[in-house]
Amino acid sequence: MTAVLAVEGISKRFRGLLAVDGVSFQVAPGSIFAVIGPNGAGKTTLFNIIAGTFAPDRGSIAFGGERIDGFAPDEICRRGIGRTFQLVRPFPALSVEDNVLIGAMLRQRDPASARRRAHEVLARLELFGKRHQPASALTLPDRKRLEVARALATDPKLLLLDEVMAGLRPAETDRMVSILSELNREFGLTILLIEHVMRAVMALAERVLVLHHGAAIAEGSPDAVVRDAAVVQSYLGAEAVD
Amino acid sequence: MMARLLDGVAGRGLALLAGLLAVLLVVPWVANDYVLTVLIIVFYSAYTGQAWNVMMGFAGQLSLGHAIYVGLGAYAAAALYVHFGVAPWLGLAAAIAIAAACGAVIGFLAFRFGVGGVYFAILTIAFAEFARIGFDHFRWVGASSGFFLPVANYTRNDLWNLRGDPTMFYYVMLALTVVAFALCHVLLKSRVGYYWQAIREDEVAARSLGIDTFRYKMYAIVLSAGMTAVAGVFFAFYYNNLFPEQVFHISRSIELILGPIIGGIGTLFGPLVGALLLTGLSEAMQELLTALGLDVPGAKQVFYGLCLLVVVMALPGGVWPWLAGKLGVTGPRS
Repeated sequence: MTAVLAVEGISKRFRGLLAVDGVSFQVAPGSIFAVIGPNGAGKTTLFNIIAGTFAPDRGSIAFGGERIDGFAPDEICRRGIGRTFQLVRPFPALSVEDNVLIGAMLRQRDPASARRRAHEVLARLELFGKRHQPASALTLPDRKRLEVARALATDPKLLLLDEVMAGLRPAETDRMVSILSELNREFGLTILLIEHVMRAVMALAERVLVLHHGAAIAEGSPDAVVRDAAVVQSYLGAEAVD
Repeated sequence: MMARLLDGVAGRGLALLAGLLAVLLVVPWVANDYVLTVLIIVFYSAYTGQAWNVMMGFAGQLSLGHAIYVGLGAYAAAALYVHFGVAPWLGLAAAIAIAAACGAVIGFLAFRFGVGGVYFAILTIAFAEFARIGFDHFRWVGASSGFFLPVANYTRNDLWNLRGDPTMFYYVMLALTVVAFALCHVLLKSRVGYYWQAIREDEVAARSLGIDTFRYKMYAIVLSAGMTAVAGVFFAFYYNNLFPEQVFHISRSIELILGPIIGGIGTLFGPLVGALLLTGLSEAMQELLTALGLDVPGAKQVFYGLCLLVVVMALPGGVWPWLAGKLGVTGPRS
């Protein structure tokens, strides 16, 4: 089976700092793939390179067999990769519904059918009841779900999630986990997530890539990765293995 | 089309709008020329404010040099009329094309090379100033000594050549204002309107949703410039004289944006309400000063400043969102 996303030897340098150092991995269609690592490991940089915010200095990225490295963020979205932002970026003055509607308009040019699509997505993300509120009025957990809803409304084949669990309480994390695994199961949506919350990673991911100082230090199933000596040393700490 | 025009308009708001339009249609039968002249200025400001609002209020791109589009439209149609006898309604096409092309050049330079925010605003001022100085030396249209359209006593209104009495200009400007309002309403409810608002709210997030922000910002500036040029054509044929120092001056650009700022940026009614308030109140004040036998030069400018101050302090979203709430009509962003 060919990978949906194939990242080959990606490197990115910011002046003296080698933020991402020759990282390669492949994401299989319909799978959930997690990238973990301590703060400053290069996770968000890697994510931003895939989403088109930065072009890599070296290496290539193929999506569905097509080279996409160096493409602009809007071109990448149009090809079928949706993304969220670690620091949420809603359209604050617009209603929750209009936020999602704008995402849906990528595939449904007609406002009425885009609105129908937005309603479906809002219902799935449990935001339908709040659809008339301005996005600026939402609480952080709701904003995190709005990020996912808006990206999902573009009907992506691959959804990139940048720390959507960060700042959520355990109950809210579980809610997000169940929403994401439903999307994955029912629609075969491929998900690439960057995550600090190990509870969510263990529950969702089929494969995990661990970054440290910009380089991949381990890759495998979640169970295997948390037992990896290098990972424990660099990131999780000895107590996490219990 | 009609359904889209009425989409999202509350019944009460619609009734209010229809009533207002009916009153405005009969005004020339009951009002004198002075009132008509004031209302023409109100519509003119409402129209240009609406055109500017497309760029700033909808798409979030601050232009402080919109006088350039008024001026280009005015000079284009006037020159075609004076030199070649081309009727203003035909000259209008040229006026729109020239202003839109100018908008496209400014937009391309700014948006392609990542000039945004304050720097974009400065670029728009620079272009307007460049035009002012350029036209000061443009002999074909009278340079700094001004360009004049032939004026005579017209026995009847000639709509085709825009020669006539205030009543005719009143209806022309009213029609333009209504058309601009309807156009903006439809745009705001369409894909392009939503995309503009997304860009205004957060351009990075907009791009991540697949929006080609360069293209949609270009649409905004080209449309806004073209719409503004229509007001320029009206300006030329209404006042019959054009001076670069006045038409292109930065104070014109500022006057043009005060209405929507005071009325409510990004709202459909904001430019209307702002124009009505500013022009109505400043005329009333002038009348009062005259009645008191006072001659205070610059009183209008001070008054504008005070209005702006009050609105910025008390109603930062503008008068309309507050008023809409009081009237119980459509939401604040209508």
